[in-house]
Amino acid sequence: MNRNADLALALLAAALILGLSWAVPWLRFVMTVALAKGLAVLGILLLLRAGQVSFGHALYLALAAYVVAFAATRVPEVLVLLPLAALSAAAIGLVVGLFVSRYRAIFFGMLNLALSMVFYSILDKFYEVTRGGDGVRVATTKFAGASLSPEQQSWALLCLALVLAITFGAFVRRYLSSPLGSALSALKTREARLEFMGVPARRVLLSAYVISAFMAGCGGVLIALSTRHVTPALAYWTASGELVFIAVLGGAGSVFGPFLGALAYELTRTYAAALVADAWQMILGAVLLIVILFAPGGLWGVGRALVLRGRQT
Amino acid sequence: MILLSAKGLKLAFGGVKAADGIDLDVRSGEFLAIIGPNGAGKTTFINMVTGYLTPQGGEIQYDGQSLLGLAPRRLVRLGIARSFQLPQLFLEHTVLENVTLAIAAREGLWSPSRPLMRAAWRGEADDILGQFGLSEIADRRADTLNEGARKLTDIAMAVALKPRLILMDEPTSGVAASEKISIVETLVRVLRTAGVTAVFVEHDMEVVSRFADRVAVWNQGKIATLGPPDDVLTDANVLRDVIGIDPEVGSHAAA
Repeated sequence: MNRNADLALALLAAALILGLSWAVPWLRFVMTVALAKGLAVLGILLLLRAGQVSFGHALYLALAAYVVAFAATRVPEVLVLLPLAALSAAAIGLVVGLFVSRYRAIFFGMLNLALSMVFYSILDKFYEVTRGGDGVRVATTKFAGASLSPEQQSWALLCLALVLAITFGAFVRRYLSSPLGSALSALKTREARLEFMGVPARRVLLSAYVISAFMAGCGGVLIALSTRHVTPALAYWTASGELVFIAVLGGAGSVFGPFLGALAYELTRTYAAALVADAWQMILGAVLLIVILFAPGGLWGVGRALVLRGRQT
Repeated sequence: MILLSAKGLKLAFGGVKAADGIDLDVRSGEFLAIIGPNGAGKTTFINMVTGYLTPQGGEIQYDGQSLLGLAPRRLVRLGIARSFQLPQLFLEHTVLENVTLAIAAREGLWSPSRPLMRAAWRGEADDILGQFGLSEIADRRADTLNEGARKLTDIAMAVALKPRLILMDEPTSGVAASEKISIVETLVRVLRTAGVTAVFVEHDMEVVSRFADRVAVWNQGKIATLGPPDDVLTDANVLRDVIGIDPEVGSHAAA
């Protein structure tokens, strides 16, 4: 699709999200969390392009969330906390990435998982510092110097989430059509050839990895600020698995996939948990099975196929 | 001028000696063909020069510097490119994207904000595809191509790196016999125009006799004969050991 059509669709979706959040106030929180996870999944999508699946990216989300929780008492300013926490995630992403970018496939996935579980254990066991499983409450924050009421705060966060989602969506879209993004999928099919063309393949993967950690960090900031409470559960391996689940559900073919998947996931979870409290995970499992078997392009792929078919007739 | 110089190269796989003291000088600008039976060590030589295999002994000099221990991607930066016996293409990309990616690799691909398909690179890739007669299939995905087209794309990617020295492993295997000569003519013209030195492993003696400046005959890890194609390809020993024609029988049959 061309750039203007994508931008129009993004703005339309943003308007729809704002409209729904206005009509149904409690959806504001659900939408913000969904967009936050969508940001992290956008990073998963980059790695998927290189044929790699990380089962540990919740590490970066949780890391940024804890940076916010610890720093908010001293610097209660969202516009400072956001870059601070996201850059911390990117910095750790660089260190970890230097190590894991040497590995591929199952080893890449499992090393990420292992490192995220090490982080989980640190959060869980060092009670003196991290408050263990009780977690840390996030102090009240200001937005551009202004103290906001809880309602204003939730609107501000939703708008921030939308701005970040559109900005990073546009960035990743550009990245994927750049030589660097193209080299990512080249790495998936013929890594050795890249080396024989003079391209350090590991560094191609590393750059995507650091960007993915940065975006997951932005997601973690939004989650910390909207839930006001961070716990080690954010870094648990099931949280990482959730991100991969959303990536598959939404579809890796477009930058819209992660956000569509995240919104569908969070909404299904919210409604299904209310309606069929015991069976919602079974519903998600069934949906994932159907997507993998019948719609490998994810929800985005299905929607796109429907629109294209509608145009032809 | 000598561009590439190998001295006493040794490499054995288990008990099999793929290179058993190879001495070979490649002159700047020449087309050197390597012929010989399967398993003689021809591909091993290419793999050692391009950094994929490290010799157990000996020395490789290129333009006055040693190549030993350098990784493939460092050698590319020095101007050494290769194509593969089994084409190594990026399967999810189109033919055009494969070649453009090679141009990007040469020019530096670390800008995430400008598109791969920028006008200058696209134009150059179109030119290269045109030279190789691949324009019609430019938009086909690499995993849908036939063997001949894959082979040509593979070579086009190596040429797109603008090397000074290109090493080609069986450039015409898999190419339909009817197209072979015209394709090699094109390839040779492209390389000669660019002043590229070429080393190629080849099984087709017609291609060798028409396009090589010199021929090296490989046998059991050693260079058995080296010289102009007219001399080498009429040598009785070469005919018998490499090409599999017994000159005695041949002349009797002719008589």
